[in-house]
Amino acid sequence: MQRIGVFVCHCGTNIAATVDVKKVVELVRFEPGVVFADDYMYMCSEAGQEKIGEAIKEHGLTGLVICSCSPRMHEKTFRACAEKAGLNPYMVEIANIREQCSWIHKDREEATEKAVILARAAIAKVNLNAPLQEGESPVTKRALVIGGGIAGIQTALDIADAGYQVDIVEREPSIGGRMSQFDKTFPTLDCASCILTPKMVEVNQHPNITLYTYSEVEGVSGYVGNFDVQIRKKARSVDMAACTGCGECQAKCPLGKSGKIPSEFDRGLRGRSAIYMPFAQAVPAVPVIDRENCTYFKTGKCGICAKICPSKAVNYEQEDEIVTVKYGAIVVATGFDIINLDKYGEYAYNESPDVITSIELERLMNASGPTGGHLERMSDHKQPKDIVFIQCVGSRCDDERGKPYCSKVCCMYTAKHAMLIKDHWPDTNITVFYIDVRTPGKNFDEFYRRAVEQYHVNYVKGQVGKVIPQPDGSLMVQAVDMLDNKQIMKKTDMVVLAAAIEPNKGVRKIATMLTASIDNNDFLTEAHAKLRPVESPTAGIFLSGMAQGPKDIPETVSQAGAAAVKVVGLLAKDKLKTNPCTAKCDPMFCNGCSTCANVCPYGAITYEDQLVRGPGVNETRRVAVVNNALCQGCGACTTSCPSGAMDLQGFSNRQITTEVDSICR
Amino acid sequence: MKYSYYPGCTLKNKAADLDLYARKCAEILGFELEEINEWQCCGGVYPLGSDEIATKLSSVRALNDAKEHGQDLVTLCSACHHVLKRVNDDMKNVSDISDRANNYLALDEPYRGETKVLHFLEVLRDVIGFDELAKKVTNPLTGKKIGAYYGCLVLRPGKILEFDDPENPKIMEDFIRALGAEPVVFPYRNECCGAYTSLKEGGISQERTKLIFDSSNGFGADMLITACPLCMYNLNKSEADSKIPVYYFTELLAEALGAKEGNS
Repeated sequence: MQRIGVFVCHCGTNIAATVDVKKVVELVRFEPGVVFADDYMYMCSEAGQEKIGEAIKEHGLTGLVICSCSPRMHEKTFRACAEKAGLNPYMVEIANIREQCSWIHKDREEATEKAVILARAAIAKVNLNAPLQEGESPVTKRALVIGGGIAGIQTALDIADAGYQVDIVEREPSIGGRMSQFDKTFPTLDCASCILTPKMVEVNQHPNITLYTYSEVEGVSGYVGNFDVQIRKKARSVDMAACTGCGECQAKCPLGKSGKIPSEFDRGLRGRSAIYMPFAQAVPAVPVIDRENCTYFKTGKCGICAKICPSKAVNYEQEDEIVTVKYGAIVVATGFDIINLDKYGEYAYNESPDVITSIELERLMNASGPTGGHLERMSDHKQPKDIVFIQCVGSRCDDERGKPYCSKVCCMYTAKHAMLIKDHWPDTNITVFYIDVRTPGKNFDEFYRRAVEQYHVNYVKGQVGKVIPQPDGSLMVQAVDMLDNKQIMKKTDMVVLAAAIEPNKGVRKIATMLTASIDNNDFLTEAHAKLRPVESPTAGIFLSGMAQGPKDIPETVSQAGAAAVKVVGLLAKDKLKTNPCTAKCDPMFCNGCSTCANVCPYGAITYEDQLVRGPGVNETRRVAVVNNALCQGCGACTTSCPSGAMDLQGFSNRQITTEVDSICR
Repeated sequence: MKYSYYPGCTLKNKAADLDLYARKCAEILGFELEEINEWQCCGGVYPLGSDEIATKLSSVRALNDAKEHGQDLVTLCSACHHVLKRVNDDMKNVSDISDRANNYLALDEPYRGETKVLHFLEVLRDVIGFDELAKKVTNPLTGKKIGAYYGCLVLRPGKILEFDDPENPKIMEDFIRALGAEPVVFPYRNECCGAYTSLKEGGISQERTKLIFDSSNGFGADMLITACPLCMYNLNKSEADSKIPVYYFTELLAEALGAKEGNS
């Protein structure tokens, strides 16, 4: 029989306001095995932990039940506390009477009754707990960063500077991400390229960083400290070692001038060649051939790039290559894109070339952009005299067309755009339609106020109902001025839409491969919103940049650094403790049917011939064996085993049925 | 294929053309419109009062009649279509209205929104298919530049009517293309014509229809088509300089199918 101590936490008023803590203590005192029960204001505090330690010694406790918050919050804390007092940490069970009880109930009597039931179940389980020993697994001292935008670049640089090997996998032909498309950055108005390109070069030259551009993560297996990642290096059709990046090929590509292939980098505002570097400062400065559009690949004719290449680097025969690399940690920095505007027909984005998105405006303002930095309408190449900015296109949206959240950066970049335009062409008339102007951040509100007060940008509180292209080529904006309570019909030359931000397409696939959780909006979820903001709940997976939620460049860089520190902290360890709650096979009952191996997502189950001896049995037969390093304790095998031979240590079938029994008692 | 058909009052007098050509075309296209017995006026406007059922009962009767015949219910008039689809949605999803209407009507079997309501254009698109329709066109309207004027009743609220994307519809443009003509997309195609305000304050509908004609004419349309008798009324009353002819979509359909001659 165990000697169990039960400790009920008030959690200030979090639990005590809804659950009668004293009553819980009184009622659980008589449960089988319980020799001691007490309550305290904050069990997790130092004083609370001391209380537990003293009780273990004084009453010779062999098992603990802590009635408190979710085990995700403090299971570790209480296990450590038990271990300090000489108890096996796996003799501790948590009854979650906060998230699953006090927070969700209003009626004090019912909540108290439920708290007692939850405690009872945990007590019943501890009665069957056995001490478990943690194993050890080695750590591969190499990190993978998925995504080569500013988030991935900064994370990789920080890890590499700490002395660890890092690989960056980037889907596009060059690293740089969204930031490389931008013109200037708020609130300082320094040029995006001037601060980004040196970092791109640093990444390329860093001895500890390996770049896989034009590559994608194809498969992930393993676990924290020991991931095996398959990377598909898509065929570039250009020999990376031989190419000098002279650019002759893209200058001579016959499709370059045709404008038939829209440049992804310039958001379709101009065409590109079939063999191309996305932009002049691309890293690596090696072009790729877009095989879907290249005449040679479509018809077998042309081949000009191969003929004129001075270093004979073009290779049409190149094939995709898959490499498998071992990593200790993985950082997801897959970034963002803006939403598709097809569902926002009222803004005439698809109908009028003069209705553009803010990213398109960045390209139009950029000196290396399609117009050489001269702001002009795409329809007639005239400079707009009047521009309307529409905020929150799809952000803070209450229907399924858009996103419920604030995209966070639009208010600031719109103020930036307005001021930059006014700086170059002071007689341009600019109107911004907004729901709210949100500018929290260092020097942010000052920046916005400058747009209003010094640059006289006309801010109108109200939403735009419709953008109406006129037969004469101008645009009519139908809107409401909510402060004046008036309808507005405003003629303008150009409309710029601040489209909502969403996680990059493909993040879902990557999250699935990594078993990293994502939220309703496909943003990666952090392990704890406040206390573990750069870690995924899946061990060994870290988050950096917009993939986790909308944020600006300074925030992205801070988060990238934070993720890097977490990675370094992991890679600095030589060994990791492994979870002892793994599956175990009882050879007496196992008949080697392979059901468990078929359902195991981690490939942790193999079979071997074993001599099985027991009452009435003495034979050598095929039985299942679990590799404890690979097993993650998911329990799929235990529920599928037809003979009940598989059991999960720490969550055995008997323990779970006892818990259920005690709840139903 | 047989459908229950709810013509509505206007189609029996002012908008007789809309009805006449629709029946002709249905025959050619191989489906039958069976007029519901003793149908009553839908009210013309969907009653927004949530505690009001009396004004919804005629729609429920029509819907239930179609159900008893085991047929989908086809409409032509934008207003009837709007009212019937919305009342049907109430009967399906708003238990308070549904219960009270059923209590009042005391039908043999309660009506719970089982009938599928289809606009004539939806039949063309979803049942016949515009590709099939194009094959049956004997007299293609080649060279005609036609603006599709949707108005608002047939599109909104989009989630209930599920007719087309209310901001960027294309069903009527596809229809025009099937007839061999060229659709002219203009931004005012889904804007309100002023509706019933023309009876009290003609100014509003004059203003609205001028915008509609300026825009459609400006983008090169030679004529407009509509499915709505009220839009037709307001557009015809317009004093805009940019005014172009307006037809019911069924009239052009009949012309393209070669069914117009001999009837008009």
